[in-house]
Amino acid sequence: MRTIKPYLSALLAKQTREDGRGVFDYRPIEIEINPIARANGSAKVRIGASEVLVGVKMDVDTPFPDTPNEGVLIANAELNPLASADFESGPPGPDAIELARVVDRGIRESHAIDFEKLCIIPKEKVWVVFIDIYPMNDDGNLFDAASLAAMIALKHAVLPKYDEKEDKVLYKELTKEKLPMKAAPLLTTFGKISGSLFVDPTKREEKALDARLSIATLENGQISAMQKGGSGTFTQKEISELLVLAAEKSKELRKLLK
Amino acid sequence: MSKAGAPDKLVVNGKRLDGRKFDEMRELTIKTDVIPNADGSAQVDLGGTRAVAAVYGPREVLPRHLAEADKAYLRVVYSMASFSTPDRARPGPSRRSVEISKVIKDALAPAIFLERYPKTSIDVYVEIINANAGTRTAAIIAATVALADAGIEMRDLVSSIAAGKADGELLLDLFEPEDNFGEADMPFAMMPRTKEITLLQMDGELTKEEIATLIQMNMKACEKIYEAQKKALKEKFETEKDLASQETEGEVKNENH
Repeated sequence: MRTIKPYLSALLAKQTREDGRGVFDYRPIEIEINPIARANGSAKVRIGASEVLVGVKMDVDTPFPDTPNEGVLIANAELNPLASADFESGPPGPDAIELARVVDRGIRESHAIDFEKLCIIPKEKVWVVFIDIYPMNDDGNLFDAASLAAMIALKHAVLPKYDEKEDKVLYKELTKEKLPMKAAPLLTTFGKISGSLFVDPTKREEKALDARLSIATLENGQISAMQKGGSGTFTQKEISELLVLAAEKSKELRKLLK
Repeated sequence: MSKAGAPDKLVVNGKRLDGRKFDEMRELTIKTDVIPNADGSAQVDLGGTRAVAAVYGPREVLPRHLAEADKAYLRVVYSMASFSTPDRARPGPSRRSVEISKVIKDALAPAIFLERYPKTSIDVYVEIINANAGTRTAAIIAATVALADAGIEMRDLVSSIAAGKADGELLLDLFEPEDNFGEADMPFAMMPRTKEITLLQMDGELTKEEIATLIQMNMKACEKIYEAQKKALKEKFETEKDLASQETEGEVKNENH
């Protein structure tokens, strides 16, 4: 894959990409709301040929001792070998863990979910929100696809019924109650190849990129998470540039959240 | 600040709970040669956080299929000792430690001439012995010094620190209460010679302007850390030089006999 780097960087220098996109254009994005009947909320997001399925499941469990009045958020990603020749079976590796944790942080740190409203009995019973990320086809930029899918799935999730006496979640009896959402962080991911910056890397671009920066932006323009990846570097000026671009690009993605 | 055990205030009368100014770093101490078996090693104390790093390599890659034909395989393992945290940490890798190992590797890789060591592995192990916030940045400071101590060819040292926000104030080098109950945290690393940024993470809620200020605070602190890292390495090699010259002198004297 090292051999395609000069080709990709020559294209980027001419402000274009292999698929003819501009450097700061996303691939076409398609969304599907609640495609999974058994999930409490779900979403399928396609960015170009990348496809990510996110399912939200709710359970009732004990809260963490340091947040006795708050619900719990658990995000997990499965890089299933069905989605790419590069994925292997087995427990989550560093890439899967990073993906899940970056999506998790964007949501958690912006207090996107009103966790206090997910408390049933303080110190004893709270709702646990599981966000499970399943890439179905990896053609790059799973971060942005997973974050968008997670936000859509959360937005459309409804709580199942909880039988307090029996201490049982009745998954087959969904209530009309939605998750208490307060904010909607969205990730925008940028790549850098030979000094050129661009948004929404494809798999081929990911394999050639020097560095990557993912930025989670809120409705009010605030930033709720950032993560640099890849063995290259960024300058201070490039980061300021990307923060401005992240605000612009996240506005485009936000239109799909409805 | 709804978390249990949160102090009422993190900043009182313009000072932090440990008496520091907003842009003041905790005391930093760097020692090399702490693990005799390793090819290079270092211990970093940043306030109450202690990181010990050992570098083994370049050496044979195990398992062999990880070997790369054109460059060294860089392995970074960050781990927290079970006694390093208030509650006992379960030993072995966690999801957090796997991610941190990955970002530390990405922070160190730009500085190492990996292409000069094809088909080998450079293994960096960092153990957090005592944790009081800033463990990944202390790990990077220690790992860098250990790499240089091991004689691995590098473009520059990597200096690292975190800045963040607590009680509405922008603060350098958060310690535990600020990290646990503050609003935002931004771990950062750079190669000071070229000012290239090799680690950037953030969680919390910040404006673009606050991010710019925090980067600036981090960069300024990294210059100081850079000097401390160079000093630690110079001290080590000067001691070695002194020992070596003493040995030569001794040999000369012996010849005279």
